[in-house]
Amino acid sequence: MSNPVYERVRRNPKFHELVRKRSRLALGLSAIVLVAYYAFMMVVAFAPQTLHAPLGEGSALSVGFPIGAAIIVVSWLLTGVYSHFANGEFEDLNDDITRETLR
Amino acid sequence: MKGAMSAPRITRVAGAAALLAACALPALAAPGDLGPVDKQPVNLSAIGMFLAFVLLTLGITYWAANRTKSTSDFYTAGGGISGFQNGLAIAGDYMSAATLLGLSSMVFAKGYDGFVYTISFFVGWPIILFLLAERLRNLGHFTFADIASYRLDQGKIRTFAAIGSLTVVCFYLIVQMVGAGQLIKLLFGLDYNVAVVVVGVLMVVYVTFGGMIATTWVQIIKAVLLLGGGTALTLLALSHFGFSLEAIARSAVASHKDGVRIMGPGTLLADPVSAVSLSLGLLFGTAALPHIMMRFFTVPNAKEARKSVFVASGFIGFFFLLVCILGMAAITIVGTDPQFFEGGVVGGKLIGGGNMPVMHLAKALGGDLFLGFLSAVAFATILAVVSGLALAGASAIAHDLYARVIRKGEATEREEMRVSKLASLVLGVLAVVLGIAFEKQNVAFLVGLTFGIAASVNFPVLILSMYWKGLTTRGALAGGLAGLVSAVAMVVLSNAVWVVVLNNPAPIFPYEHPALFSMTLAFLVTIVVSKLDRSASAAAERDAYDDQFVRSQTGIGAAAASNH
Repeated sequence: MSNPVYERVRRNPKFHELVRKRSRLALGLSAIVLVAYYAFMMVVAFAPQTLHAPLGEGSALSVGFPIGAAIIVVSWLLTGVYSHFANGEFEDLNDDITRETLR
Repeated sequence: MKGAMSAPRITRVAGAAALLAACALPALAAPGDLGPVDKQPVNLSAIGMFLAFVLLTLGITYWAANRTKSTSDFYTAGGGISGFQNGLAIAGDYMSAATLLGLSSMVFAKGYDGFVYTISFFVGWPIILFLLAERLRNLGHFTFADIASYRLDQGKIRTFAAIGSLTVVCFYLIVQMVGAGQLIKLLFGLDYNVAVVVVGVLMVVYVTFGGMIATTWVQIIKAVLLLGGGTALTLLALSHFGFSLEAIARSAVASHKDGVRIMGPGTLLADPVSAVSLSLGLLFGTAALPHIMMRFFTVPNAKEARKSVFVASGFIGFFFLLVCILGMAAITIVGTDPQFFEGGVVGGKLIGGGNMPVMHLAKALGGDLFLGFLSAVAFATILAVVSGLALAGASAIAHDLYARVIRKGEATEREEMRVSKLASLVLGVLAVVLGIAFEKQNVAFLVGLTFGIAASVNFPVLILSMYWKGLTTRGALAGGLAGLVSAVAMVVLSNAVWVVVLNNPAPIFPYEHPALFSMTLAFLVTIVVSKLDRSASAAAERDAYDDQFVRSQTGIGAAAASNH
């Protein structure tokens, strides 16, 4: 009782290519963010002194600040990476699939 | 009935729309309520600027009302919000009054620990974009119940999801109303009840007349004001220290009672179980807040949707970094100035309570006029957030319960619109009544409850319906119930209710946030019950996953979402 349109999509190799590529990117980027964040949280919980180290000789700022700021900035840049590929290559692929399916 | 697969709409593809956000933060960061506060002298410049904001937004509401003709206009602004605009609106949802006040006061009080909280509030963003946004966008139409009930039992799952949404909306409204009353009493010198009624009335006006178009524009304007005000205040703070972060840090270390210890992690998150439970609740509770999910549907196509997430997280990250600098600067500027302490005792109780450092900083650096501006922005922020909540609640009542469950899809758009407007009116009255009733209550526990329920009831059914073929109606109901009962029980047995509200000596549940446990339980029960479900309807539901998967990936058929 599957909808014939969806059936046609499933027979299109481009659909499987889209799913594979996009899932790989999404999971890979998620892993980077989650591993970085939870590694950071574990340092906060188990080795807090690491983050207390001064940034330079006699500096009041600790290394914890640039590390924390980097997590925010890098996470944001990764949303840019995802959007770049999803709005470019994957979107084109998706348009192809749609066009071929509804032709 | 729209042709189920008619061609060009397909491009509604995916998107990542985005959005999320939330006002969520409010109280996690700052234990929700401000506590009883003393009424301050009437602040005319703040009230004047707030009135200007109200007049502008009412003008927009009038304009939006003429453009709100269909249910699609009402719930999702007809999908006519551009990616950049929607990005700002999402950022506005996320940058609540409590983010500004709560996170900065946490940095003010605890130094680096406050920064760790800030980071935790941020990292949910990319995850939501990567894993949820695209599928949400392709499967949903107006509400998250559209997605949860896509291949499961319409009557049961939609009712369950709608009630889950309404519960979250109502608790959250109470938190926001009580916070609004306290904040306005403090900043404007207005009576608590007056403040609550003003918020309630404006919220109903925005939502019933202007729908999502007005709600989104209120949010955008507020976001611009907040970003502008925050940036200006940060520049003033930086110039005070010769534009040197090192100078701010050195001065903060010299001024803070904990000295150099504020430059690294302290005791706030020393327990990894608490830290993980908090972060799970934030990550997934935020993702499952109904008013946030709605924002996934307000842009015209997937490209704009993804763009909006990128724009939103850029602004949010920027703003969060500003807030941390403000908190650090306040340690010196506010923390050593007797005019900001009760009785002039430096190191004693801050005038207005622990959430006020950034407001005092505004006064110290920018004078009364700047303080008035920031106060007006804080009020506007609450208004924008409650409007989004009311709209989400109205859509759960009118779209899910009335049009889909009670009328079984037979209601006309006119009827559905009428019910949704009536629903927002009822929600407004309810919010005012509850806001007044809870004035003297400590509502911090409601925040834990809101996020606990969102993460343990709404989130498991949402994610499993999108990612797991084996999910069945019975499994979803059983798991959702397990999540609901355990989240409520753990919050009741935690410090926030068991000790603070019920005056018992020690909490039975030792952690503040239940998500790690209640969410895990909800997933386990859902999966086990689904696996054991041998009914014919369960088999049909599993079979329907393959088609759903194609649509979730490509968006084909998404335009006809709730009409099939």
